This record gives sequence, C-alpha cells and structure tokens, in this order.
Amino acid sequence: MNHEAERYERFFLIISGVFLVGFLLVLAYTSVHMRVMLPGRVGTIEANPGESLAAAVFRTPPFNHLGVTKVGPDEYQAVYFAQAWAFFPREIDLPVGARVKFIATSVDVTHGFFIAGTRVNMMLLPGQISEETYTFRKPGKYLLLCHEYCGLLHHTMHAWVIVK
Amino acid sequence: MSTPIVAAPDGFALPQEQRRFIKWTIYLGFIVLAFGVLNGLDQALNYAHIDIFRFFPGMRTYYQGLTAHGVFNAIVMTFAFANGFVALLVARGLGTKLNSGILAASFFTILIGTLLTAGAIVSGTASVLYTFYAPLEASWPFYLGLALVVISTWITSLNLFVTLAKFRREHPGERIPLLAYMGVATYIFWDIASAGIAIEVVVFLLPWSLGLWHGADPMVDRTLFWFTGHPIVYFWLLPVYMSWYGMIPRQVNGALFSDSVVRIVFLLFLIIIPVGFHHQFVDPGVPRGLKYAVAVMTFALFVPSLMTAFSVMYALEIGGRRAGGSGLIGWFFRIPWKDPSVCAQVLAMLAFMLGGITGLMNASYNMNLEIHNTTFVPGHFHLTVGTAVALSIMGIAYWLVPYLEQKELWSAKAGLVSSWLYFIGVLIFARGMISGGLAGMPRRTAISLIPYAEPPGWRLAGILVGVGGSMMFAGALVFFVVIAMTVLAGKRTQIADIPYSVTIAKPQNAGWELSLDRLRYWIAIAVVLCVVVYGPFLASQFPLQLNIPGFRAF
Ligand code: HEM
Ligand SMILES: [Cu+2]
Ligand SMILES: [Cu+2]
Repeated sequence: MNHEAERYERFFLIISGVFLVGFLLVLAYTSVHMRVMLPGRVGTIEANPGESLAAAVFRTPPFNHLGVTKVGPDEYQAVYFAQAWAFFPREIDLPVGARVKFIATSVDVTHGFFIAGTRVNMMLLPGQISEETYTFRKPGKYLLLCHEYCGLLHHTMHAWVIVK
Repeated sequence: MSTPIVAAPDGFALPQEQRRFIKWTIYLGFIVLAFGVLNGLDQALNYAHIDIFRFFPGMRTYYQGLTAHGVFNAIVMTFAFANGFVALLVARGLGTKLNSGILAASFFTILIGTLLTAGAIVSGTASVLYTFYAPLEASWPFYLGLALVVISTWITSLNLFVTLAKFRREHPGERIPLLAYMGVATYIFWDIASAGIAIEVVVFLLPWSLGLWHGADPMVDRTLFWFTGHPIVYFWLLPVYMSWYGMIPRQVNGALFSDSVVRIVFLLFLIIIPVGFHHQFVDPGVPRGLKYAVAVMTFALFVPSLMTAFSVMYALEIGGRRAGGSGLIGWFFRIPWKDPSVCAQVLAMLAFMLGGITGLMNASYNMNLEIHNTTFVPGHFHLTVGTAVALSIMGIAYWLVPYLEQKELWSAKAGLVSSWLYFIGVLIFARGMISGGLAGMPRRTAISLIPYAEPPGWRLAGILVGVGGSMMFAGALVFFVVIAMTVLAGKRTQIADIPYSVTIAKPQNAGWELSLDRLRYWIAIAVVLCVVVYGPFLASQFPLQLNIPGFRAF
C-alpha cells in the first residue's frame, strides 16, 4: 500500500507540474503575442507646500487638458480625473476602431477606473498617474465605473464612453 | 503499523481553566460571525435589488454593514478561531499544557480589540471596509482595535513557542509531533506575514487618526496592507488544514499517508509569503517587472494546494474503502456522510476545488484585467474563505464544542441540514457573482441604489446572488441554533480526547527529514525572500509622502 501510494503521488505531482507549466506558457503567449499588458509605473504628481492636490493635478500635463485628443491615425488619448463621486469628462465620443490611451488620476481618495466589458481596469491613487491602452472594435455605449469603494455615494460614480 | 500524530497518545487533557479560555476565544469568533453573516444577507439581497440595510438597527449605510461583514468574518472570527483552536491542538500535539497567563492575555486582548473596532464601526465613524485604504480615515478606536486583534495572535504564538520549548527540554532528540508542528509553523508564518499590516496600522494609520501625521501615503499603505493581505489567506486556511490533515483522516476511519509531506506543505506556505503584489496588478506606481515576477511566484502556490488535495483525498479513500466502497469513486459515497462534522468539511473541500480554479483565474493577470474588483472576486473568495474555511470551522465545531463543553451535540441532523443548505447556497451565490463579474458588475457597490440602467447580465446574476446568499444565511442560522442549544441544553457526557489522525509513513529520526524541524533555517529563508521582493520597492518610496489629507465622507 505504501509503495503504491508513493507511485500515485509521484504521478499526481508530475501531472500538476505539467499543468503549472502549461498555465505559465499560456500567460506568456497572451502577453507576447496578444499584447495583453499590465499597467506599470507611469509617474507621480506632488503638491507644493500649501498647494492642494487638485491644484497640482491641473497644472501638470496632460491634466491641464482633459478629454479626448487625436494623436495619430486612429490613435487617441483620453485624459480624466476622478473626484468623489464623479469622473471628468462625464462622456466622451470615439470612432469605432479607435486605439485609446486612457490617462487618469484621482484628486482625493482611491478610485477605480473600469470600463465594463473591456480590459480597461485600473486603480486611481491620489498622487499617482494611471495609464492603459485599449482598442474599441465594437460600437456601443460603454459604462465607465468607479469600482473601488470611495465613500458614501461610491455607487453613483460613473461616466460614459460612446463608440460610434 | 501506523503512528499517532501526537505525543502522549494514551490520553491528555488540558487543565479546566485553560479549556475555558480556549472556549471563550472560539465563542467570541462565533458571536461576531453571527453579526457578520447577518450583514451578508443584506449584501446578497442588495445585489438582487432588494434594499433592506436601511432597516438594520445601528447600520445606516450599505458600506457600514459591509465593513462589519469583512472585519468580523474575515479578521476577527478567523483570528479568534485560530487563537483558540490552534493553541488547543498544539497543546494536545505536544501533550503539554499551555501557559495560563499568556492564554488569558491573548483572550482579553482580542476581546478588547474586537469591542473597540466594533464600537467604531457601529458608531459610523469607520465605514472604510476591511481593507481601510488610506486616505479613507476611520476614527482611532478602529485602528487601535485592529492592532489589538493582531497583537492577540502574536501573544498566542508566544504561548506556542513557550510550550514547544518546554516540550523540547523534556523530550530531547524527539521529533515535533505533527499536530503541534502544523500549529507552530502556522503561527511562525503569520508572525512574519503580519508585519506589513502591523507597520501600516501602528506606524502610519493609528498616529494619523490621532492627528500625529498630517496625511497618508496611499501607495505605501496599500502595499503594506497587501504584504499581509495575501498571506492572511493562509492564516485563514492553515488552521482548517490542521483539521483536514490532523482530524478528518481519523473521523473517516482512514489514515494520513505521509508525515513529511504535510510538513513540506506548511513550509511551502511559510516561504511563499511575499506575493501580495498580485492584488496590485492594476495599480499605478508598481513596476511591471515586479508584477510579472510575483505572478509567476503566485502560481507556485498551486503545488502545496495540490499536495493537500492528494493527501486528504487519499485519506478519505482509505476510509471509504474500509467501509466497503469500491471502484474508482465508489469509496467517496461510503465515507460517513451522516456525521455533520465530516459532511461539512468534505463539502467545504469540494467548494475549495472550485475556489482553487477561480483563484488560478484571478492570478492569471490577463484575466485579472477583466475581473479585478468585479463581483467575480467575492464569488471566488466565498468558495475559499467563505466556505472552505467557514464551513470547515462549522464542521469542526460539531466535535469541538461538545468536547469543550463535555456535552452531546444537540442535533446531528440539524448540522447536516445546515451544511447542505450552506453548500448549495454558495454554489448558487458564486455562480451569480462570477457571471456578474464577467459581465462587469462591480463589487463593493450598493447596486440596489445605482442611478444608471443595469447592463445585460447583471440582473440574473444579482438574483442568483440573492437566492444563494439567503440559503447560506439560513444554513448559518441553523448552525448557530445547533451550537447554542448544545451549549445551553446539551446532555452531559464524557469526551476524553480529540479525534487526532495516524500516519502510515511515520516521521524518521534520521536523515533529511530532520531538517524539516529546524525551523530557524526556514524562517531565515522566508525573511530573505520577503526582503528581496519588497525591499527594493519600499526603498524606492522614500522619502515617504505623508501628505494626502484624510477623507471622511462615508
Ligand atoms: C451567509 C453567508 C454570507 C453571505 C450571504 C455573504 C454575502 C456577501 C456579499 C454579497 C458580499 C459582497 C458585497 C459587496 O461586494 O458589495 C460579501 C463580501 C465579503 N464577504 Fe461575505 N457572505 C457570507 C459569509 C461570509 C463569510 C463566512 C466570510 C468569511 C469568513 C465572508 C467574507 C467576506 C469578505 C471578506 C467580503 C469582502 C468585503 C469587502 O469587499 O470589503 N463572507 N459577502
Ligand atoms: Cu468609488
Ligand atoms: Cu493573494
């Protein structure tokens, strides 16, 4: 019995090892080939002594120019700031096929920045700049949500992305 | 030819007084769990668009109740249970009594901590959820209470170490009995892992809430939180593993296959502490390379989990075959399903398999981009901590409470009803949460109050959450009735000992296995790994920016 169990166990561990390696290979494939990337370190915003964080944000490019800017053929940049309990801008329009770099930050607490049904999913921390790029292939009215608890009216915090 | 996993196998009973402190520590956990699951019901109904939380006495907002749910269930109940249960098992494993003074200190510390934190939550000055991300700023009793709850676990570890030292003095050259080894390893691991949250609360948040710091550094606070916030899940799980390895094989009339495999599993958890960055995959300010490195390390957790699956399933199989089960899976139906303690814990194991699969999905960072902070996440962790752990704890209670009280279980049948209700409930609940999350439904959200139209897929998901959650609540309610009736009206009886397992391959007193007991070296490896992963990142945050003002609009 002893021997048999050891054999089973070895077999079980080998299968597990194969699975583990398989999972990691799939992850590597989606990163390299499908270019699914995690956000990294972008930059910080620091208030001067006596200055509010909001004031510091509005003098720091690109946050001195909120909203959508076309930066190339089919390439856009969408700049947001989040404040309890709203996103600015509240609504943007984009053409189908637009590849958009979302750049956002918070001026008060931690907020979420999540476009339901897409991979645009990031946390916004006061003092940190978040960035993520996404291509909208389908037209529609996309819901942009705050998905991190940010106080009393957190559940009301949303905006729209219209893709036509 | 099998070896008990405890010293003094002929019998050992703790002094009455020590038993009493252990009992009340565990009951404290059950009492807060009762309040916690009551809020769980209101949250589940909220996702089904039924708003009952405004009728809860003392709870004014959804988020106040959610804070209570997370703090009571995931922090206070689990810690209280661990403090009581693990101390009992270590004492039993060593056949040595604990230190009564330290035991009392641990109990009163967690009691006062719980009262302070609960008071802050009920007063409405601490609706910051159990993650309390700065700059959300709670009132000081919330942080002080949490600090005391954590300190109570350190006091418990002190008790375990003192007791182990005494055993080693009295039994030179002997291996640490497996039951005690698991408990000591769990608390050593936790002492290291809890450093993050301890520093966050004691150095930054508590002084800040008292006005000693002007602001908070949200990035650093979050990172310290998740340094502990990931491994805290092992601290929830390992006491339950002690039952799955240390008791369940005996309860099903099976046996544990190997002593050393169990020790290796516990050491692996000790080593894989610093992977908390996988909770920050979509955070700004954390370098990409670090996230990828941690993602790969996270997958290593697959190994101890599968080793556990193997050992526990093998033990169940031995028991099932001894009871006449045959065929590839026939044995599974022959284990003692009528024993509520076994039934609850085996159902908990089944839920844990689903929890493991959804956990792998969370850990796959490409998937994480779709589901981070959606209801997928509570879908996952109600299968793990909410069921694998909580339902196992209920199952353990079905022998533990009779043992501590020396009274018969009030109704085994009611225990079975509770377990099945809870289990079927969580399957429906998790199905709703997971599908909702894939459709973009956010977690931590008063969905019954949203000002926009629900996107497709949310409605059905929410209804399943409401139905499944109500069943879980009903199951938990039956559990509380069984326990209360056992304590208050159970028939007196004599229960001499706890149901500890035996192993087939016994611990060796020579060779490489001895290195498993040289805990000092394993501790060193664990600490070095933490420093390697976290050191450079934390160093890069200096000088700290303690300048983000507190936010109290909740
Ligand atoms: C009757 C049983 C339970 C029900 C119906 C229930 C229901 C829920 C629901 C619906 C949520 C999501 C709330 C939201 O994101 O807005 C939630 C969150 C949570 N639950 Fe439970 N739950 C139950 C038991 C448990 C147990 C036993 C534990 C742990 C031991 C637990 C731990 C948690 C935690 C940690 C959260 C996250 C809180 C947060 O996001 O801040 N739950 N629960
Ligand atoms: Cu929010
Ligand atoms: Cu984790």
